[in-house]
Amino acid sequence: MATRKSAAKPNVSADELKKYYHDMLLIRRFEEKAGQLYGMGLIGGFCHLYIGQEAVVVGLEAAAKEGDKRVTSYRDHGHMLACGMDPNGVMAELTGREGGYSKGKGGSMHMFSKEKDFYGGHGIVGAQVPIGTGLAFADKYLGNDRVSFAYFGDGAANQGQVYESFNMAAVWKLPVIFVIENNQYAMGTAQKRSTSSAEIYKRGEPFGIPGQLVDGMDVLAVKEAGEKAVAHCRSGEGPYILEIKTYRYRGHSMSDPAKYRTREEVQNMREKHDPIEHIRQMLIDGKHATEDDLKSIDKTIKDIVNNSADFAKESPEPALEELWSDIYADEIPQHDA
Amino acid sequence: MPTEVLMPALSPTMEEGTLAKWMVKEGDTVSSGDILAEIETDKATMEFEAVDEGTIGKILIEEGTEGVKVNTPIAVLLEEGESADDIGEVSAAPSADSSDDSDEEEAPAPAKAPAAASAPAEVKSNASPDWPEGTEMKEQTVREALRDAMAEEMRADELVYVMGEEVAEYEGAYKVTQGLLDEFGSNRVVDTPITEHGFAGLAVGAAFGGLKPIVEFMTFNFAMQAMDQIINSAAKTLYMSGGQMGAPMVFRGPNGAAARVAAQHSQDYASWYAHIPGLKVVMPYSASDAKGLLKQAIRDPNPVIFLENEILYGRSFEVPVLDDFTIPFGKARIWREGSDVTIVSFGIGMQYALQAADKLAEDGISAEVIDLRTLRPIDYDTVIASVMKTNRCVTVEEGFPVGSIGNHLSATIMERAFDYLDAPVLNCTGKDVPMPYAANLEKLALVTTDEVIAAVKKVTYR
Repeated sequence: MATRKSAAKPNVSADELKKYYHDMLLIRRFEEKAGQLYGMGLIGGFCHLYIGQEAVVVGLEAAAKEGDKRVTSYRDHGHMLACGMDPNGVMAELTGREGGYSKGKGGSMHMFSKEKDFYGGHGIVGAQVPIGTGLAFADKYLGNDRVSFAYFGDGAANQGQVYESFNMAAVWKLPVIFVIENNQYAMGTAQKRSTSSAEIYKRGEPFGIPGQLVDGMDVLAVKEAGEKAVAHCRSGEGPYILEIKTYRYRGHSMSDPAKYRTREEVQNMREKHDPIEHIRQMLIDGKHATEDDLKSIDKTIKDIVNNSADFAKESPEPALEELWSDIYADEIPQHDA
Repeated sequence: MPTEVLMPALSPTMEEGTLAKWMVKEGDTVSSGDILAEIETDKATMEFEAVDEGTIGKILIEEGTEGVKVNTPIAVLLEEGESADDIGEVSAAPSADSSDDSDEEEAPAPAKAPAAASAPAEVKSNASPDWPEGTEMKEQTVREALRDAMAEEMRADELVYVMGEEVAEYEGAYKVTQGLLDEFGSNRVVDTPITEHGFAGLAVGAAFGGLKPIVEFMTFNFAMQAMDQIINSAAKTLYMSGGQMGAPMVFRGPNGAAARVAAQHSQDYASWYAHIPGLKVVMPYSASDAKGLLKQAIRDPNPVIFLENEILYGRSFEVPVLDDFTIPFGKARIWREGSDVTIVSFGIGMQYALQAADKLAEDGISAEVIDLRTLRPIDYDTVIASVMKTNRCVTVEEGFPVGSIGNHLSATIMERAFDYLDAPVLNCTGKDVPMPYAANLEKLALVTTDEVIAAVKKVTYR
């Protein structure tokens, strides 16, 4: 991990720092609660937590503007909270309830918000990359200046469709930022065991796509890189690659026995590189906030998260009629046999 | 109030586990992320982390205990300022969520199950003409009709665009997009790299983003490369998003056997796509149907699979001269009325069906020939009404026999018109072999007019 250079950055206001602290902490506490609800059997199936990677989405959302789009894989809760989706709706989707973003029909891996320009939540590794490229294709076709963020992991970076997307995005100069969240493990396979060249950000070079390596445990570094990438895309220069080195503290999904890495490795990241602790120290050291200020933020977040858990438990399961709705946009009955 | 630490579910299927080892003891202070215990599931031994911070007030389940049910309290965590004396406040009963319990008791009855066989639904065949009587007609090939359909819809709606391999400057590998680049420009008629998986996914994203893509596959054989995007992304997103967003788009191109192009270029995918909820599937035979159905497909707010046929591209049919006409999905066409047997087909299968009907008429057998035109939705009622009249049915298609459209129709007819049948329904299909190259073997692999005639004679006991 690169050394922390951003601690001295003078051009970030106290309010911004506090916002990043708040947004990252919200994701962490939300995910901890989700893990707890999973343990209680209230959340089923697969559930992939974002704990440790919070600075990635919070930093990039700080570089985005209204109307920009984002799409990601199944480790998607953090992206949704960072782009302003309602924690209640996200948590209720995790519990499979009527109040969830997909009325309980999508679950953890398949959630969307047209209102917030969040295009999923995709369960198939890598499939979101051409989709994100297509979102950018649509914006270019429509002649607006919006930018799309196509998030994927170091594991997905070995899928063929990623390079098909790089090629088309470069040929057509599409305003898409390929964000590689490199948490260093594709499920249980360490990057060095699966990936011939460790520098994924350079994989755009043959296509003429600029790439940059970013410290994903530092929200300010992510924001700065994001701003550069966004400016490149908005000015019509075509796609941009950000490889953001990050780390997931928890398992790949809830049922991960974590035999592929040591406890010490995880502990080291947690103790020495935690993105939230980093901003917390900046706030305190820079006298931008007192311990009491931060406690009050913590309290606010605890309430939001507890409310979302209550909502997600109390919201009823979807009506049985929902089994048959939303299959077709015009709802023509398909099977009257 | 002290917090109960519950036995966690550590996999999607775990119901109980072994509390293998405690990593903390009573009185220890823990913070979020600390390992509390090792728990053995049916699959692995997992570390169980603390979510809340506090002091371990009491350990309720000793290590080594097997068969600990999920949600059983295993320890009590004290918050700052609490002592072991406060533990009494914690209820002794397992605090499994009450709503979760009640769920298991509930026997979920499907709200609107497909109509059961016990009560045959009313048969409502819609045999209304596709255009007004007396409409002027002109000869046109299927190829021209498809081109006109796209051009008309692109004139009417700027969000409609075409993309695919060789659709622009080459004017289509099979010349279906002839003239479109000249009229609409390279922004709306887009040559893609040879990258089916990629451009199918890109088009799905473009549809999510507000456009109405027409994706041409040079042939549907190549769409297997794109299958994940077609099924998992295009067909399922509307449902997975609770109705928020879907993919209004058309995937089109030639499907099925052409001539002497062998196994990898000669497959009929009709039943593959018809299997998928969320897709609509169209497979026209005539030029007028190709035009009216493609215009309908472009306007449809769902992903539509539009299966054309290379051999039919050059065939001419009468097409109505109308500024704008569409053909609704789920409406079969009765090409020929008859009383002795119902022959049901679609796409190029129709040529065998119609030829067979001609020859059968010479032998005094009157065949009713139905073109399904769309395979999702299927116009079951027109088929059922016809079978109720003729009491016999033969289906014709080029695809493989196992899981064919004919199989599905047979089952439906059995459910809805069992008492009307005077013979088993027979399915004429392609043979259960990869398409061979040799001319004689290829002929043998395809369904033939003679096989349709033989099937009809069998069900009419001639």
